[in-house]
Amino acid sequence: MNAMVELRSVHKSFGTTEVLRGIDLTVAAGEVAVVLGPSGSGKSTLLRTINHLEKVDRGWISVDGGLVGYRRGAESPARRAFGRGGRGRAADRLYELREREVLRQRTGIGFVFQNFNLFPHLTVLENLVEAPVAVQRRPRKEAEAAARKLLERVGLAEKAGAYPGQLSGGQQQRVAIARALALAPKVLLFDEPTSALDPELVGEVLDVIKDLAHRGTTMIVVTHEIGFAREVADTVVFMDGGRIVEQGPPRQVLDRPRHERTRAFLSKVL
Amino acid sequence: MPSDTLDAPAVPAAPPGGPDPAAWRIVPRRRTGQWAAAAVLLVLLVLALASVVRNPAFQWGVVADYFLTSAVLRGLGLTLWLTAVVMALGFGLGTLLAVLRLAGNPVLRAVGRGYVWLFRSVPILVQLLFWFNIGALYPVILGVRTVNLLSPVAVAVIGLTLHEAAYAAEVVRAGILSVGAGQVEAAQALGLGAGRRLRRIVLPQAMRAILPPAGNMLIGTLKGTSIVSVIAVQDLLYSVQLVYHRTYQVIPLLLVATLWYVLVTSVLGVGQHYLERRYARGTAGAR
Repeated sequence: MNAMVELRSVHKSFGTTEVLRGIDLTVAAGEVAVVLGPSGSGKSTLLRTINHLEKVDRGWISVDGGLVGYRRGAESPARRAFGRGGRGRAADRLYELREREVLRQRTGIGFVFQNFNLFPHLTVLENLVEAPVAVQRRPRKEAEAAARKLLERVGLAEKAGAYPGQLSGGQQQRVAIARALALAPKVLLFDEPTSALDPELVGEVLDVIKDLAHRGTTMIVVTHEIGFAREVADTVVFMDGGRIVEQGPPRQVLDRPRHERTRAFLSKVL
Repeated sequence: MPSDTLDAPAVPAAPPGGPDPAAWRIVPRRRTGQWAAAAVLLVLLVLALASVVRNPAFQWGVVADYFLTSAVLRGLGLTLWLTAVVMALGFGLGTLLAVLRLAGNPVLRAVGRGYVWLFRSVPILVQLLFWFNIGALYPVILGVRTVNLLSPVAVAVIGLTLHEAAYAAEVVRAGILSVGAGQVEAAQALGLGAGRRLRRIVLPQAMRAILPPAGNMLIGTLKGTSIVSVIAVQDLLYSVQLVYHRTYQVIPLLLVATLWYVLVTSVLGVGQHYLERRYARGTAGAR
């Protein structure tokens, strides 16, 4: 099994509040992991640490074999020249990367927000083309052709010239998914992608995500949609109080939960 | 007897106009007060205008004589040039200062904050006089005599720009803060660098909040440049002053300057309207 995303002993606090208290998680390439849990359990923070929107306090995260946000051991020559740190202990140190390097890593990690966060002053097509042209230096013509294909895939080919404000919530979220896909990321992270939608619009967004799952995209999805988890997830992760309470295939976690806490949560949301 | 305790029904039980509600006609409320107020104001306005036109002390003939003279037009030209240069440089520097004030680096934040504090605290008139007398403070800089270095116009540009930038910084900062944090996060998640995020994502959206106060500042600067008359820069106001010091026709020449200020301000207001519409792209009411 080839690990695409790996988290080891990840800790994160905001002030004195411990939000993540030692998270260990492995998501294999092509796998869909669905993270469930009550509000405040740390699900969203967990997701945000994976593309370094939040820095971790302890532990490490890797995507496709590369550490996210840090470099291990091997100091920069300049630092060694000044005689700081190092001295044979470099192997257990993580050095924070420059912003430029973090930004490059992020292009391999697609992120879809609860509130879409489309750029309202740009058209749908411009939203999709912005990063491939500016970050990956792809020719505009080529990026636009690729963007139109992605819009077709999410069923919004005719909305290329529209502004986000002219679209429904479901359409906006589909555009946001296409925008994340435009960078051809190795992993897609979804932070409650349907929580801000009218109930009747949830289905169209979930259909797009299911389609991606069938195409073998590696995904981590934070959601409250239990039915979606049952249908699409390879692994269901249940979190509470900054810890992973249990994880496993949906049949096991959703139908025969081993922990009382999981049982209590599921009985409320089902 | 129960009907005694109720008021007489205002609406008859059987509605007039037949049973088809689609055929009913809606009659707007009468706005008698509004019309009356408008009429009274109109009368007062006409009376005021008539008094201004007929009062010989305004000397409209003299106003007309000087309105388009080359001295006045040259002064107007300098005022417009000074306004444009000071606005451009001031907002350029102001944007930089706003970014400094919002930077993660505490040293940069302190620099931005310190600048705004200093240049908002010093009255513009005092600052102009300082720059004008820079030779008294630093007679020689890098081997050049400062008296020869700064012409009055250069002093005006420097002083007004530094002053303008402090206020522009706050206007731009307010604009940047008005853009949601989610926009920056989305841009970061897409790997866009800090410069690109600012230019392409944040500032265009910030413009909607920046433009109305910036329009205010533009008009304020247009009129505010008249302060340079104290260091003998021949702007619009100083040009008419030169005339009336000679002819003693103070009021009509001040009217010449005033009319030009009003005219230019009106044109700028129209420009602002169209600029605001452009930056409202993608929002309700646009397109």
